[in-house]
Amino acid sequence: MFKAVYNWIDERLDVAPLWRDVADHEVPEHVNPAHHFSAFVYCFGGLTFFITVIQILSGMFLTMYFVPDINNAYASVDYLQHKVAFGGIVRGMHHWGASLVIVMMFLHTLRVFFTGSYKAPREMNWVVGMLIFFIMLGLGFTGYLLPWDNKAYFATKVGMQIAESVPYIGVYLKELMQGGTIVGAQTLTRFFAIHVFFLPGALLALMAAHFFMIRKQGISGPL
Amino acid sequence: MSNHEGQKPVRKEMSRRQFLSYTLGGTTAFMAGGVVLPMVRFAVDPILQKKEKSAFIKVVEESKITNDPVEYKFKIHQVDGWYESEAELVAWVSKGADGKIFALSPVCKHLGCTIGWNTEQSDQYVCPCHGAHYTRDGKNLSVAPKPLDEYQVELKDGFVYLGPIVANTRV
Repeated sequence: MFKAVYNWIDERLDVAPLWRDVADHEVPEHVNPAHHFSAFVYCFGGLTFFITVIQILSGMFLTMYFVPDINNAYASVDYLQHKVAFGGIVRGMHHWGASLVIVMMFLHTLRVFFTGSYKAPREMNWVVGMLIFFIMLGLGFTGYLLPWDNKAYFATKVGMQIAESVPYIGVYLKELMQGGTIVGAQTLTRFFAIHVFFLPGALLALMAAHFFMIRKQGISGPL
Repeated sequence: MSNHEGQKPVRKEMSRRQFLSYTLGGTTAFMAGGVVLPMVRFAVDPILQKKEKSAFIKVVEESKITNDPVEYKFKIHQVDGWYESEAELVAWVSKGADGKIFALSPVCKHLGCTIGWNTEQSDQYVCPCHGAHYTRDGKNLSVAPKPLDEYQVELKDGFVYLGPIVANTRV
């Protein structure tokens, strides 16, 4: 059945080369944990991607219940966490995944650094990786406010204070991020929009560039 | 039957490639299932949650009900996810030809707009959206496929109590 459908599509669109391009790529011996166990350090990039996929999926489902509004945000999170089946699991995936993705990304960065993989001709990929790092931090910062509890509120206040300490433009930066003069209703909707539309969009574009470059340039050689 | 001797038994062997794709595919499916199933259950929760049957609410004195339908409003406690409110419901209450008190729901059975009594035609419920008509018993005369729903009625201590909405029992 599946095979028949696949063949029907393949006859018309010749899709085999598309997925073969994705699936068939060289995995050198020095990055294969089956040959050298220590090569597991090369898995962190893939693990970061895996957790990112979980973050996107669980985040999509959380928005089915979450409301980015100061009167309802906490109540809706409380409801989905305690009243909806598997609410604790789905929110837990997003909560713990958020920390784990930072950890994995950091380990991936360490691996790239200590194997010297950032060197020519891969400098651009290092830069894109750094941009992804900051996007992830942004996602963490904006997502932290959304439950609208005390921790969220004061963490954001502190973050705003730090932004304000930037010379000259700090004051404007803070007001722009807050969407007003206080951390309030407009900050919450703003952070929600940034968290679910702007940053994920940028993240996907940067990840596409990241993966395209690693495919094009291949994995760096052994130490 | 001795001609089978010396022949190797035919075994259906699985190729290494097939074995690997089954095990890898199985493991992937298991892991993907572990991630996706909680989310799916999370998403379909509303259709699996227990629906609460509405309680009977005291609406009006029995003695005030006449043969002509009158609109009565009453409030029920509504729990909608994290939002709780006192939602206002409307019932058209009257005494039928049989002397029984009944209460019709104002929700048109065509596409759910709100009907009114004696608005465009006398002695009829009319829906402003697509012109559905009903008799005073709620019998559908045109457009609507079904008669108007009824509230369950309870009479206690001289008061009319209205409960859950049920299909029309009078036509």
